[in-house]
Amino acid sequence: MTSGETPRIGPHDFAGLDAGPVDTSQHDLAQWERVVDAIIYLLGKKGVMKDVAELRRHIEDLGPDVYERLSYYERWAASAAATCVEAGVVTREELDARAAEIAKRSEAS
Amino acid sequence: MSARFEVGQSVRIGDRTEPRHHRVPAYVKGREGIVVCLCHPQGLPEELAYRELGEPKQTIYRVRVSQPHLWSSYQGEAHDNLEIEIHESWLDPL
Repeated sequence: MTSGETPRIGPHDFAGLDAGPVDTSQHDLAQWERVVDAIIYLLGKKGVMKDVAELRRHIEDLGPDVYERLSYYERWAASAAATCVEAGVVTREELDARAAEIAKRSEAS
Repeated sequence: MSARFEVGQSVRIGDRTEPRHHRVPAYVKGREGIVVCLCHPQGLPEELAYRELGEPKQTIYRVRVSQPHLWSSYQGEAHDNLEIEIHESWLDPL
């Protein structure tokens, strides 16, 4: 515990808090996680995401509840979507419509 | 680019609220340290995170902070240090 009184920036700013035991086991990445990693790389390469600070800001803007609920690459995926909306690549409505379409399709199968 | 601080200089890390995205964690805000290295200048994350240019770039300083000073219940060695890189505008001279 820090002896200072300065408030934390957000849920990601947790250094010094009691985190309990740390899981140090190795794990493989799922295919979708590799895809998300590639998407973030390409967004940078194509200039849609101008700086890695954008990736971090959109993750922090998820809010504490969503931040805690999502896994590492789920946060990246959410950030990639927010970046694309902000950059004008797609609208939120288009994204939501497409997500609903996919959900419907997977329900049917 | 002129650097405001030099290696060996004592500095205090800014203790302020910043509503924008930034990279100075709460646990070092307001802490004193010593500059151990000048790093390559970079734009401020506070600006870059919002698609701004982040110009002019700022000198980044690697600041050494005493671990026992950082954590009230620190159980390591008394001479343990933490080194963290901080943009110039987040530092004040002591």
